[in-house]
Amino acid sequence: MNDQPHMTVRSYILIFLVLLALTGLTTGVAFIDLGRGLNNVAALTIAIAKALLVILYFMHARYSDRFTWVIAAAGVFWLLILLGGTMDDLITRNLLPGGQYFTP
Amino acid sequence: MNSAAAPAASDALAARAHQFEDAEQQHHASWLGMWVFLATEVMFFGGMFTCYAFYRAGYPGAFAAASNQLDVLLGAINTAVLIGSSLTMALAVYSAETGSRRATVNFLLLTILLGAIFLGIKSYEYHEKFVEHFVPGAAFRFEGPFARPAEIFFSFYFAMTGMHALHMVIGIGLLAVIAIKARRGRFSPAYYTPVELTGLYWHFVDLVWIFLFPLLYLVGRHL
Repeated sequence: MNDQPHMTVRSYILIFLVLLALTGLTTGVAFIDLGRGLNNVAALTIAIAKALLVILYFMHARYSDRFTWVIAAAGVFWLLILLGGTMDDLITRNLLPGGQYFTP
Repeated sequence: MNSAAAPAASDALAARAHQFEDAEQQHHASWLGMWVFLATEVMFFGGMFTCYAFYRAGYPGAFAAASNQLDVLLGAINTAVLIGSSLTMALAVYSAETGSRRATVNFLLLTILLGAIFLGIKSYEYHEKFVEHFVPGAAFRFEGPFARPAEIFFSFYFAMTGMHALHMVIGIGLLAVIAIKARRGRFSPAYYTPVELTGLYWHFVDLVWIFLFPLLYLVGRHL
């Protein structure tokens, strides 16, 4: 975990440059109409890729023990339960007045 | 314990609380504790992200129209600034790990500076939104048929970026304390846990923004 540096200054700078490039990419793609909700997919895919780079390399998760992975995965897992359990309510019930799933 | 321990190791033992077997066990406990805290932070911000997703799915047109009122250029610049601060933070941890006191202090100060630049740009954006009457409440004004749900979008905008900014203010405070400690020579390659854990926190705050930027600034361009 902190026995010796796993990352070099060079590799930190490389990750930084990739993150900058992905920021430019997501901004640029937002102005191109991909159609059929694909802009959302592109924006979230790039965001998840950036998040993985930060977690794995800046936060050293890649070089950590499995206990750390379990905790990180638990955070994501419960977040997905929260999101999934809430969103299925939206599409199966008419909750938002005037919203796109609203049928009076 | 081995009385012939190296000087660096005895430094680490000096920093060890009595309930731990050795410095490594103490470090592991601190490291895991920080990750558990960050997992609870995922749930904290997750509540707001979930509500955002819920309302945006219900009012996609209004959220797009309201999102178009945000300044994409400023948002992108701030993303770059924050990613840069994550780099300097990572380099501060690296410097502590390799025992370079001067570089540790300088990278921590640089991280504070970049964090302050981020907050400065954010305050400028907040000011603009106040002037343009986009702050939810009695003075809120929005042209077109989407006024009410657009107000909901701006409620999310201020709640989420505000809570993120609060985390950054706390982070800058932590960094200042760590920088002073580093300057006084409290850390060594054998013991630099506070630098490392503050780094984890700072990267987490960066992570939140990595999702806030596309969701708030970019979604409105094309549905």
